[in-house]
Amino acid sequence: MNPVIRLNEVTAGYERGKPVIRKINLLVEDGDFLAVIGPNGGGKTTLLNVMLGLLEPWEGTVEILGTSPKYVRGKVGYVPQVIPGKSFPITVMDVVLMGRLIHAGIPGRFTKKDREIAVEKLNLLGIANLAQADMNLLSGGQKQRVLIARALAGDPRILLLDEPVASVDSTTQESFYNLLVELNHRMTIIMVTHDVGAISAHVKNIACINGTLTGHGAGISGESVSRTYGCPFELISHGPVPHRVLGGKHSREED
Amino acid sequence: MEILSYAFMQKALIVSVLASIAAGTIGTLVNVNRMSSLAGSIAHASFGGLGLAYILGLNPLVGATIFAVLASLVIGAISGRSAMKTETAMAAVWATGMAVGLVLIKISGTYAADLMSWLFGSILAVNTNDIIYAVLLNLLVISVITILYKEFLAVAYDHRFAMLQGVPVGLVRTIFLVLTALTAVLLMRITGLIMVIAMLSIPPAIAEMFTTSLRKMMVLASILSAVFSVGGLFLAYALDLPPGSVVILLAAACYAAALLVERLRSHWV
Repeated sequence: MNPVIRLNEVTAGYERGKPVIRKINLLVEDGDFLAVIGPNGGGKTTLLNVMLGLLEPWEGTVEILGTSPKYVRGKVGYVPQVIPGKSFPITVMDVVLMGRLIHAGIPGRFTKKDREIAVEKLNLLGIANLAQADMNLLSGGQKQRVLIARALAGDPRILLLDEPVASVDSTTQESFYNLLVELNHRMTIIMVTHDVGAISAHVKNIACINGTLTGHGAGISGESVSRTYGCPFELISHGPVPHRVLGGKHSREED
Repeated sequence: MEILSYAFMQKALIVSVLASIAAGTIGTLVNVNRMSSLAGSIAHASFGGLGLAYILGLNPLVGATIFAVLASLVIGAISGRSAMKTETAMAAVWATGMAVGLVLIKISGTYAADLMSWLFGSILAVNTNDIIYAVLLNLLVISVITILYKEFLAVAYDHRFAMLQGVPVGLVRTIFLVLTALTAVLLMRITGLIMVIAMLSIPPAIAEMFTTSLRKMMVLASILSAVFSVGGLFLAYALDLPPGSVVILLAAACYAAALLVERLRSHWV
């Protein structure tokens, strides 16, 4: 048992009196590949923000690698959603170098080593030829690879991805999941997604979030989960993947 | 060229070119941070500072600078919270500054023609103080942007990621807001505070269409800004029209042409 992420009774939200997630308990083991699924508004992104340290929990504690998220900046790689159509005058190389900011120091300049590492990560993702390309001219799948290269540039121990397949086609998705499985040999991966079709073949664990914690483990039947929490039961009832349920406002029914 | 022999024209040209460097650089950051209305708000709020300067007998440039910086800090303090509050804060600061200015000016009993020059620009009336202000501002803007370039880029592109990389996002934003305020005050001398927003947004908008990095966009926006303000100055002289307005009209015409070029280009490629 070697948890890299430990959430204890975490309640958080943005508006006073309206918590988005309530009393969440979550343990993520080193080397895990966890998919966090759940309906829109169920708290997937809020959970991610709490784990990243971008949102302070109102109650409860968050430990990443045994300490507060603030002290492990750079050890957690973050891959945001690709926003289609967003234009910005920037090259691929400049984007990837952002993953070296914490190493370069502030202020300061990126060194030759920073650039070498950036190229190395682009190579790993098979897009080194795009290093000097205009980010705006890339396809959704290519942009996503650039953002992963950026997250990897700091050699993180944990990789957090927010809706990574939202703007790529299905062929790209398959190679993308294979890439994550490959990366999972070296780091813990947590992926927030509403794409439930493909994940069961690739991930090691699934957590379903919709508000508060109701239970976890394989003992919950898929159909009742679906009915009660709005989680996709096809995945849970058919999949061999162990899952946890982090949510639901009707916990009494479950008991 | 006979007009170049006039001292007022020489000063006007020097200030125009100097202001273009700051305007192109800061305007680029305003553009990529999608904060044009913020720049407009700061410029209008500095009107309050003019009123204050008239009452206290200060140099108007000093009064405008104080109010512009205050406005940028107020907006910065409120805007960290939510997008909706930012909108409201900008509108409130915009109007409050104008109202304070009008009240103070009424009390001070200043002749109204002087005000027109701040509202609509008075590039032909710039003095040595304005040139010194422009030189100092450029030194400040260029050194800050050089030192914090990668931080400005990261915050504008993806502030969440920048935060995760330990970048003090709030501080970087505040520095940007203060620089915007100082630049807006200088631009007021050329175009007037009502049209500052155009000088901070049109040249960078054109530059964005033809560049692939923030640095190149800053350089091109500065060059375009200089072309518009110097070109506009000569054109205004030749046509006997108000220089500030001609500068803006020239910029707007070029923007329309650039949009057309881009449309055609994307159509054919």
